[in-house]
Amino acid sequence: MRDRVWITLGLIVFLVGITYPIWFNNAAGVRAEAPVLRKPVKGPNCVAPLEYMRASHMELLTAWRDEVVRQGNRRFVAFDGRTYTMSLSKTCLDCHDNRAEFCDRCHSYAGVSPYCWDCHVDPRQARTVRAWAGRPQAEGWAR
Amino acid sequence: MHAWTALITIIILAVAGYVGGQLSATRVLIGTIVPYVAIGIFLVGIAWRVIAWARSPVPFRIPTTCGQQKSLPWIKRARFDSPFTPGETIVRMLLEVLLFRSLFRNTRAELRREGPRLLYEEEKWLWLGALVFHWSMLVVLLRHLRFFREPTPAIVLLLQRIDGFFQIGAPVVYWTGVTMLAALGYLLWRRLKIPQVRYVSLFTDYFALYLLMAIAGSGIWLRYFTKTDIVGVKQLTLGLMTFTPVVPTTVAPLFFMHLFLVSVLLAYFPFSKLVHMPGIFLSPTRNLPNNSRAVRHINPWNYPVKVHTYEEWEEEFRDKLIAAGLPLDKESGNHV
Repeated sequence: MRDRVWITLGLIVFLVGITYPIWFNNAAGVRAEAPVLRKPVKGPNCVAPLEYMRASHMELLTAWRDEVVRQGNRRFVAFDGRTYTMSLSKTCLDCHDNRAEFCDRCHSYAGVSPYCWDCHVDPRQARTVRAWAGRPQAEGWAR
Repeated sequence: MHAWTALITIIILAVAGYVGGQLSATRVLIGTIVPYVAIGIFLVGIAWRVIAWARSPVPFRIPTTCGQQKSLPWIKRARFDSPFTPGETIVRMLLEVLLFRSLFRNTRAELRREGPRLLYEEEKWLWLGALVFHWSMLVVLLRHLRFFREPTPAIVLLLQRIDGFFQIGAPVVYWTGVTMLAALGYLLWRRLKIPQVRYVSLFTDYFALYLLMAIAGSGIWLRYFTKTDIVGVKQLTLGLMTFTPVVPTTVAPLFFMHLFLVSVLLAYFPFSKLVHMPGIFLSPTRNLPNNSRAVRHINPWNYPVKVHTYEEWEEEFRDKLIAAGLPLDKESGNHV
């Protein structure tokens, strides 16, 4: 029947569409590799164990934000008894000193766009921002 | 009863996925072989169903119409309720597929206590629940493309930004996940609550609902509560897609439960009521224009039938009929 042409066409469109990740990734030569991250500059100690940080660092950062902004408390006692200053720019980015080669690698790999950087400034990038625009706010944030 | 057996089945499957994700041997099984088999069953099953439907004959125009068909020029007709042209039929199909127009017409019959009076009322909640669920699920599926493509397509990032517009928490709450689960919850609630609906509900009705709820629930749980190594998850999916499967050990067992239930859904899909997804496009009651009175439809598989008419019969036995003195339709025969 003449409808079979349309049904077959529809079926082909569906099958091609639904298998899009398969043929597209293979055609593009994508490989299942984890992004390579820049090692922290100040040794292996972090504010929490690796497994926790890998999966749940955003929870910790949110908790820090609430603690600092609402309670004014910046002192954080880590799981191993060390104390840290709760600060994204001063503590996290002090050790993980390159946002593009640390934070962004996994975030862009997993398609995550966190809004940390709506307010916070990467100290390294801030220098270029200052030179580029000379915006007073950017300077203020960077400090 | 059906509600319970379906629930127990889902719990068994979910536990199997969860436990399987913890043992190193079964983790590889659930992370590689099961999804491949499930995807294979899904693709072949859907194709098989659609081809079987395409092969089945549709000799007549059998659209279910809900309005005045095209008639005399001064009679007002319902264009999309009783479509006449292919264009009108396409619009009708689009309204059905995208907006569930027939469900919008849903009514509820109720015998009121004041007297023996049967009332028909509009009942839009089913339509709303179904619409919210299906659209939410579409957005959720499209959002999952972030695990299936590297780099993540810009359209997916845009969708995520719209979905997480209110930026509640970190990771931000995606509303479609919440609305999908809420709509499924409502659809289940009405199935259990309304006696008539409960009466006609079978195992498969509950099973599909529980399965989708378990998938949505485990996905939400993975995103907001017990988080897992998302990079490992993407490695796993990309490995599956590029036929170089890897099963990172950093991925939580709950993820394997999610993956296993999705595999069950894929494998179950072509053989269940869920196959209405392609089926809606192939419904002869919806996809045919109502033009039976204007266009003659000749049965496409009519083959020449060998017939023996009375005329021929009379010719054959003419001599005998005359001899018996029987009246003839045709007085003089062709032979003579």
